[in-house]
Amino acid sequence: MTTKRIHFKFPAKAASQPVVTHLVRDYNLDVNIFHARVNQKEEGFMMLDLTGSDQEIANGLEYLKSLRIEIHDADIGLQWDETRCTSCGNCLNHCPTNALYIPDRSTMKVDYRSDKCVECLNCIDNCPFGACSSLI
Amino acid sequence: MKTYQEINEKIKSGNAVVFTAEEIIDYVEEVGLEKAADDVDVVTTATFGAMCSSGCFLNFGHSKPKMRITEAWLDDVLAYSGIAAVDLFLGATQLRHRDPANMNYPGEFSFGGGHVIEKLIAGEKVQLFGLSYGTDEYPRKEIRTWVTIDDLNQAIMVNPRNCYQNYNVAINCSDKPIYTYLGQLKPNMGNMTYSSAGQLSPLLNDPWYRTIGVGTKVWLAGAQGHVYSEGTQHSPTCERGENNVPSEGAGTLALTGNMKKMNPEFVRGVSLKGYGVSLALGIGVPIPILNKEILKATTVRDSEIQACVIDYSSDYPERRGNVVAKVSYADLKSGEVEIGGKKIPTSGLSSYSKALKIAGLLKDEIKRGDFLLSEPHTMLPTEQGMTPLEIREK
Repeated sequence: MTTKRIHFKFPAKAASQPVVTHLVRDYNLDVNIFHARVNQKEEGFMMLDLTGSDQEIANGLEYLKSLRIEIHDADIGLQWDETRCTSCGNCLNHCPTNALYIPDRSTMKVDYRSDKCVECLNCIDNCPFGACSSLI
Repeated sequence: MKTYQEINEKIKSGNAVVFTAEEIIDYVEEVGLEKAADDVDVVTTATFGAMCSSGCFLNFGHSKPKMRITEAWLDDVLAYSGIAAVDLFLGATQLRHRDPANMNYPGEFSFGGGHVIEKLIAGEKVQLFGLSYGTDEYPRKEIRTWVTIDDLNQAIMVNPRNCYQNYNVAINCSDKPIYTYLGQLKPNMGNMTYSSAGQLSPLLNDPWYRTIGVGTKVWLAGAQGHVYSEGTQHSPTCERGENNVPSEGAGTLALTGNMKKMNPEFVRGVSLKGYGVSLALGIGVPIPILNKEILKATTVRDSEIQACVIDYSSDYPERRGNVVAKVSYADLKSGEVEIGGKKIPTSGLSSYSKALKIAGLLKDEIKRGDFLLSEPHTMLPTEQGMTPLEIREK
């Protein structure tokens, strides 16, 4: 079993389809949704984990592509701009998974590990310097 | 014993011995105070954090025909124009025109005076919009143009209060989240936030202002600026530890410097949700090691500096002066502090990492002979409190 985290953007036409239901029922995938939103133009964004065999995941992604859905690897969801980050540390207590963290407390420099990020987006609200942003 | 002149001679010859306020701790422990006081010429201190009482005077030069600007906005942020024709003062915490502020609580405050100052120093274009009533010699009544810092005759940062000697640690004892200038505070003492560079911070390394005074040259965001006055709310009379280090705000510095010489890495607009906008600044202050008492004070460690934990949900707004607990910066920097048996996560609003970088940059400038020290012409007051504002009937 493999888990693949993806972030995808779907056009207005696909937004009316029960995409997640198809992924579960027809492609035998477990789906864990972190974030989903449909904007005013009815275009949608979704951030989720797909769990299944490599073949099942590949089939599921093929299905999404057939709907003209843009698929990206998940870590482009949250953007942490190291040059904007001043390492003040205000984000740390608002990041539930310690994706933003201080690896070495003698320098107090903040770092980001995208594999821990669940896109809760608390950091965006709590960064005084606009270092965190999201495509979602 | 050394004099400023002797230290400056060593700096000019490239032979000055300089340590950062972090490095000096181990060095003095290793060689002893006496020997270190002979060896060391300068200790560099630094801080990086939000300093609301900051701003700048800008001179735009004259348009044709001329205008005596009476109302002005820079990137839609109001600038004070009650001075000469084309001089403006822009304050760090001024909101953008029509910012909804806290009408949608908690407000975002995505752009304001601090951000305009950051843009100017980064060399970006800023829109000037000005209005006037028109006079015989200044007939123009309206202006809209775009400028960069290079177009300005002068851009002088003038900050009435920077470098607070120490600062409150904020906590929220209520059952609702609150939004403050020290960040979002979770209910029921869910987190604590602090804002000081601790053992690197300028005035914590010179607790009685023996070398830092009016006229002291400082590293202000990369420019060579100076202390022009005691800072506003300078109130050295307060509780101090055995090492003379205050556990409250205490001393402050008023600083000025040429914005055209500043590095944008150390001048950053700040947006604090539910609170407003501000400006974060990087400041370095060199301490000349004139004698061993001055050196001793620079060896202060995070574990020896205490700060007061204040409840920002009620005691702070109501000016009650209650203190929930006292904690050290060593504890605060560890990421967790225990109060009354409860472990509370901590985080900063001041960047120790940037302060460390600044202390290193200033050290390098001094060692290269590019930064000479200046002797203060007036010392800062050492006995003075802070008067509250009373609300009178008439």
